[in-house]
Amino acid sequence: MAGNANGAVSAETQRAVEQFLYRQAEVLDERRWDDWLPLFTDDGLYWMPVSEDQDHGEGVPNIFYEDAFLMDMRIKRISHPRAHSQRPPNRMSHVVSNVVIDAEDPETGDIVARSRFHVSEYRNDEMRHFAGKYRHELARTDGGYRIRLQRVDLVNVEGPWEYVLQYWL
Amino acid sequence: MNTNGGFDVDRLVEPDRVHRACYTDEAVFDLEMERLFHKSWIYVGHESQVPNPGDFWTTMIGKQRMIMSRGDDGRVHVLYNRCPHRGALLCPEQHGNAGKAFRCSYHAWQFYMDGSVRQIPVRDGYDNTRLSMDSPDARVKPAERSGSYRGFVFASLSADGPDLETWLGGARVAFDDMCDRAPDGEVEVVPNCFRVVQKSNWKIFLENQLDALHPSITHESTGVAASAVERDYEDRTGEKPPMSYGMLSAFSLPFEKWDSLETVGFPHGHCILQGYMGLRPRDPDTLEYEAVMEKAYGKERAQEILGVNIHHVLVYPCLSVQSPLQQLRAVRPLGADRTLTEIWHFRLKGAPEAIYRRALAYYYHVNSPSTMVNADDLHNFWSCHQGLQLDGGEWVSFHRNAGQDTETDGVITSVTGMSEAPMRNQFRAWKEYMAAGA
Ligand code: FES
Ligand SMILES: [Fe+2]
Repeated sequence: MAGNANGAVSAETQRAVEQFLYRQAEVLDERRWDDWLPLFTDDGLYWMPVSEDQDHGEGVPNIFYEDAFLMDMRIKRISHPRAHSQRPPNRMSHVVSNVVIDAEDPETGDIVARSRFHVSEYRNDEMRHFAGKYRHELARTDGGYRIRLQRVDLVNVEGPWEYVLQYWL
Repeated sequence: MNTNGGFDVDRLVEPDRVHRACYTDEAVFDLEMERLFHKSWIYVGHESQVPNPGDFWTTMIGKQRMIMSRGDDGRVHVLYNRCPHRGALLCPEQHGNAGKAFRCSYHAWQFYMDGSVRQIPVRDGYDNTRLSMDSPDARVKPAERSGSYRGFVFASLSADGPDLETWLGGARVAFDDMCDRAPDGEVEVVPNCFRVVQKSNWKIFLENQLDALHPSITHESTGVAASAVERDYEDRTGEKPPMSYGMLSAFSLPFEKWDSLETVGFPHGHCILQGYMGLRPRDPDTLEYEAVMEKAYGKERAQEILGVNIHHVLVYPCLSVQSPLQQLRAVRPLGADRTLTEIWHFRLKGAPEAIYRRALAYYYHVNSPSTMVNADDLHNFWSCHQGLQLDGGEWVSFHRNAGQDTETDGVITSVTGMSEAPMRNQFRAWKEYMAAGA
């Protein structure tokens, strides 16, 4: 994939990628589960490693490492009427920023993009805060971008967890 | 009557019910730390967390911050994380390698990995003072006792009490079962510790571990979702779904299935839950592994090891172990209403990679911070802890199958897997520890 170290992507591409990231965040913030899986390619992965140094997810511990089947399982679980920890449900609010496009494939239009996020999560009278960076490998398809691999690195990844994460950040 | 610390242990704990103050009262918590966590053996870590000289890993025993270190001589030491000079933490970081010696960040006193003094700056300043360099006051204080069972390191902050193996008793099976399942006879830690805080009393977690009635109720949503995805996987790929999905779909088993399990209670509060769903699958990976095991141990012994039917072992009050899947959760109480769990998994030395992948899958699905399983347990623990603070009742009920357990030589066998015998056994030990300190 061609590098674009000098940021030589068109304003249009930059904008389209940003819009995609914002819309993905919105799907989570609005808990629009039907819209989640279509954001990914059929073989797409959502990955949150246990350390920033980790360069692969296969065969090692991860916080998230999910394909379409596992993501679907998670959606089915939180949608079940007796998912006790979803009563009351949690809500999130994302801010995604600092979007840098690392690469754009001149042939396919596939993208590698970096960005930063802040997420506030509310549940059971309590707020939690998460921050970190995303790395998106996007496939350009007829229907717009779709995620081949989303990598999520939390700034406090090795810290103790107050409770757990019920779905993706 | 054991009246002490302003409360009466006999009145808090009855054979089939316990008073809510056991969970919610900070004074009870403080006494538990003193009489239970600072008296009994507590799991510190696995030797393979500190493979090289100079390696250290920090953790907690009750309220004490401790260091597990590896000396030049290869020995593992357990020390208080405190500089004897003016009290600074010797290792403020969770783990690392200290090289030849710990060097305090404040005035550079240096200590070997066993805590003995290596060097003290301006040493002559101590001439003719009351601090002698070879006195215990100058060194890092070690735990009163420490020991290892098959690589699992425990320490006790009390000089008295049974030795480690005697204390473990029947609970040794947790480590025997895990290590024996390795063709090389030992396990190695995967150096990743998930730390998850539960907003509830530490006992609520331990009582849950052998509670065979709860899975199909607490985890119904996950069981149902996993079963649906298993079917979908088969429809869409024409292949069998990954075995790891079965770790989750098992939660949709009707609870009668869990009743076929059996609980056994040992002295000191340790308990085991016997029986395991899908313990011995017949897929090619398992068969390959079993062939390796037979080569290592001989057919008869290998079959004996593989036939051990343990679901869960509780090493009271500090550990929940799932030996067939090489998982371990260490309990670190932070307060009456807050508990940290340190979650580890292990590799069976000499076993094929595919067998490790099962432990890893369980570590991910059940024990990681994105768990679809513990999410609901932790919710229930929090919920119990909230309810126990109310005046809507004074007692917690452990009546299920009470009076039906059989006891031989201090070993208690329950009449059914869903008996509350393990909880009764834990509180029997709790009462002994709490009364003994009076
Ligand atoms: S406090 Fe450690 S050297 Fe002074
Ligand atoms: Fe559970």
